[in-house]
Amino acid sequence: MLDSFEGYVTEDGRKIGGVVMEMKNITLRFGGVVAIKDISFDIREGEIRAIIGPNGAGKSSMLNVISGFYVPQEGEVWFHGAKRPPMRPFEVAQQGIARTFQNIALFEGMSVLDNVMTGRLGYMKTNIFQQALWKGKAEAEETENREAVEKIIDFLEIQHIRKTPVSRLPYGLKKRVELARALAAEPKLLLLDEPMAGMNVEEKEDMSRFILDVNDEFGTTIALIEHDMGVVMDLSDRVVVMDYGKKIGDGTPDEVRNNQEVIDAYLGVSHD
Amino acid sequence: MFYREAGDFKVSYVDDSQTFPIKFDRYRYYVVLAVAFGIIPFIINDYWANALLLPFLIYAIAAIGLNILVGYCGQVSLGTGGFMAVGAYACYKLMTAFPDVSMFIHVILAGGITAIVGVLFGLPSLRIKGFYLAVATLAAQFFLVWLFNRVPWFYNYSASGQINAPERDVFGIIITGPNAPAWATYLFCLIFLTVCAVIARNLTRGTTGRTWMAIRDMDIAAEIIGVNPLKAKLTAFAVSSFFVGISGALFFAVYLGAVEVGEVFGITKSFLVLFMIIIGGLGSIFGSFAGAAFLVLLPVVLKVVGADMLGWPTDIVAHLQLVIVGGLIIMFLILEPHGLAQLWRVAKEKLRLWPFPH
Repeated sequence: MLDSFEGYVTEDGRKIGGVVMEMKNITLRFGGVVAIKDISFDIREGEIRAIIGPNGAGKSSMLNVISGFYVPQEGEVWFHGAKRPPMRPFEVAQQGIARTFQNIALFEGMSVLDNVMTGRLGYMKTNIFQQALWKGKAEAEETENREAVEKIIDFLEIQHIRKTPVSRLPYGLKKRVELARALAAEPKLLLLDEPMAGMNVEEKEDMSRFILDVNDEFGTTIALIEHDMGVVMDLSDRVVVMDYGKKIGDGTPDEVRNNQEVIDAYLGVSHD
Repeated sequence: MFYREAGDFKVSYVDDSQTFPIKFDRYRYYVVLAVAFGIIPFIINDYWANALLLPFLIYAIAAIGLNILVGYCGQVSLGTGGFMAVGAYACYKLMTAFPDVSMFIHVILAGGITAIVGVLFGLPSLRIKGFYLAVATLAAQFFLVWLFNRVPWFYNYSASGQINAPERDVFGIIITGPNAPAWATYLFCLIFLTVCAVIARNLTRGTTGRTWMAIRDMDIAAEIIGVNPLKAKLTAFAVSSFFVGISGALFFAVYLGAVEVGEVFGITKSFLVLFMIIIGGLGSIFGSFAGAAFLVLLPVVLKVVGADMLGWPTDIVAHLQLVIVGGLIIMFLILEPHGLAQLWRVAKEKLRLWPFPH
């Protein structure tokens, strides 16, 4: 078993560090429905961690627990070696956890630039009076953060749509803008909820490349949910498999692929 | 042709985020400012001030305030009249309690007091949205008017129940009361409008504006990326009410001089300002100006054309005016939901290419 302080080295030679986030015995119920049942797993620094499972397995609920949207009835969430008290989603964001959504959640009335700038909120320190004055601190802060945002816009190759209102963009670009907004926060942990849902092969390839580049260039820890098995197996370092709210597998892609329980969950098993 | 951005390169992010990024726009803005401050005060007379300019300036402040709340932050409010009344009564109490203090300070303090009241009535917005919030602010409207009618302390126990603006000055120039010269009242309101518009623009192009718009467009996503909804909504209510309070104070002290609260700051006032920002354009500072100008000008134009030029009876003209305003609002909602500001943007886009659109 892996030690929680020591990391490991991946097949392609990247060094993975200690535990960033640890979920301990999480149980989440909605009335009588148990969405997540006693699940534990960890996410390590610098790794790409996938959460997979059939529809309704509780993957998105799990992501919502991590981002503070749901508070589990039982279990503990540990972030950077400290137990996290129940907190509102915006407080979780301020701790350095950013995410994207399954169905895009961009601010439709704002330009791409403004959307990505919103991701920098945690770095904006001026108060409302300084901003009303604009000249001086607020302007300096705006420029400084604009530089950081422009780097990310360059990185994700969306310079040409910088000033376009988001509502006019096609689906694939919206997904990329949403990734840019999450990246702008320079998160310690990036959660991606089905980043490739509804994309064609070309767009999927682009997105996979961006995810790998983000991990490589910024060393961002990533946890993602995805249905495309090819993508998951190629991208991720370790995989958690869920089914009906329970964890049925955890390990490297190869281990998971050969796990009998996982095969049963995906292909079905006869009950006679 | 009229309108070019070719060759107007931005080499810094500061240049790129300025209010008027296109040179032509910037010069036009300076010209408008120069005319407003340098020429109009010398040619203004009482009729122009009272019929057109003062109401336009004051309503424009109120419209900017309401636009911040409704257009930028997406919180529907029908309490504008009530909040204007708060500004007016706060200004009245301050004017009578401290007669020697400058009117500038009174008006700003009246705005501040309205901001506090606005935040109080904004608290329900944390729980309720849309139509339900509109009803909650409607309650604020009726409650505030009732309060100012029923508690004699607010109108200094005067027999009529009205408030009357005593004569006050700024640097020795009389601003309020019947003896105030037209140019002084005009300049006084113009200064407030200019400062309010600049503040509104600075806030909406920066961090605060982005948090407001994030809440407006998708509040759940906004919270996930770190917007504190409590802070965002309450700052919107505070800033909005501050502007609305200033406009109420000016409306009472500088423009009307005497106010009976139910008549002047009733629900019709709330709707009037709301119509201004709908016609002008939600989420646009320029739209606030355009909407205020439109609804102030329209009755005057109709009256001049109908009663003075065509010689129709004044009561028919007055009724026609209601019909036309109502019709125009419906027409706008159907044809151009983004208001005059959007029409202006489209016109600019066309002019940019004219006369060779291809």
